[in-house]
Amino acid sequence: MIPGPFSYHRPASLADAVKLLADLGDDARPLAGGHSLVPMMKLRLATPAHLVDLHGVDDLKGIRRDGNTIVIGAMTTQHELLASGEIRQSLPILQETAALIADPQVRYCGTIGGNVANGDPGNDMPALMMVLGANFRLSGLGGERDVPASEFYQGAYFTALEPGEILTSISIPVPPAGHGYAYEKLKRKVGDYATAAAAVVLSMAAGKVATCAIGLTNLHETPLLATDAANAVIGTSLEAATLKQAAAAAEAIMAPAADARGPVEYRKHVGGIMVMRALQRAAGRAA
Amino acid sequence: MAKTRVTMKVNGAEVEGLVEPRTLLVHFIRENLQLTGTHVGCETTHCGACTVDLDGMSVKSCTVFAVQADGSEITTIEGMANPDGSLSALQEGFRMMHGLQCGFCTPGMIMRAHRLLQENSSPTEQEIRIGMSGNLCRCTGYQNIVRAIQYAAAKLNNVEFKEAAE
Repeated sequence: MIPGPFSYHRPASLADAVKLLADLGDDARPLAGGHSLVPMMKLRLATPAHLVDLHGVDDLKGIRRDGNTIVIGAMTTQHELLASGEIRQSLPILQETAALIADPQVRYCGTIGGNVANGDPGNDMPALMMVLGANFRLSGLGGERDVPASEFYQGAYFTALEPGEILTSISIPVPPAGHGYAYEKLKRKVGDYATAAAAVVLSMAAGKVATCAIGLTNLHETPLLATDAANAVIGTSLEAATLKQAAAAAEAIMAPAADARGPVEYRKHVGGIMVMRALQRAAGRAA
Repeated sequence: MAKTRVTMKVNGAEVEGLVEPRTLLVHFIRENLQLTGTHVGCETTHCGACTVDLDGMSVKSCTVFAVQADGSEITTIEGMANPDGSLSALQEGFRMMHGLQCGFCTPGMIMRAHRLLQENSSPTEQEIRIGMSGNLCRCTGYQNIVRAIQYAAAKLNNVEFKEAAE
């Protein structure tokens, strides 16, 4: 399988990359890790006339702490997230999630920016970004703007990115020390997208849930924040009946596609189970 | 489409070639360089048969364009033997532990295991299975591939290879 012909561009600065994408218009696609785009090109489901490879732009790399915020460059790979001491300490749920994405070879190439910007409902990071209250920085010819993850996703492959804009970095407020977290992902095999997955970040006080956010992956055309489910567990000790209430509240907003991963009812059912497991595991980790 | 000149260091030798931007790295390696040890398996980024070492990363060379590898350092299975031509620890491990049957997946397995052992010189069985999870084998059931990598790790660490109790 050979992709269709295209012209290859490798800008050395963000300004050059943005200008190239603006000049080339709809015929151009930015290339990050390429492990979603290149397979689509080989199947000729994507036939961009121009690829703008972002690997030459050093400003898009790296992980740094800015006060109580972790700033991750869009071209940071999943492998680099897994190797980062800063991420291990401040945002361990990112490592738990990255380790469940694809396989080792793909994680050397696949980037966090590509994962969140592609708008594929099967990608794992978007729901997590919503749970963590992340902001995405977008750069275009008109300058820079920040969009909260919770407002970024509009539909399958439709995001707040305007034509010619590049997602350049992700800012994540560091959760308080002692927070509990879990990403529960049901998949058929290594490398598969989620049949259903749930991300939970919570804090406990005197044995009861004090704060909680729940995100859902691949259970709707966009990632979801399950706000009613999270509210159902706040103030409780996560008794069995409470967990079932939370699962039911989460299932009420799920609208997964029926595909090879199962019919709609099954995917909603296991989606509820992922929510319950993630809540229990997160609570067990909270100090 | 205009061709681009690329240069890279493959198995220690400087090479160059003219490629279309759409030329996949695996095709450059197999067709331009005539290094056919790197196999084309699934062509869909699943099977890992095309795995090579690129600037210290295991990558599936069917999912990287040759132009992206311009200026990089690559090792393929042809670069894995010891300088005197004898088998490297991993190659010997696959031979001694029967880590292959048909052998089609073996170049990718060895290239991936090479990088795994560079990053973790004494992996547990579980770490080997997770580390090798991007490589598919349809013959062995993986048991002997895991043993082959354990054999190589032991040899590289100068310790005696002990089989785990069944």
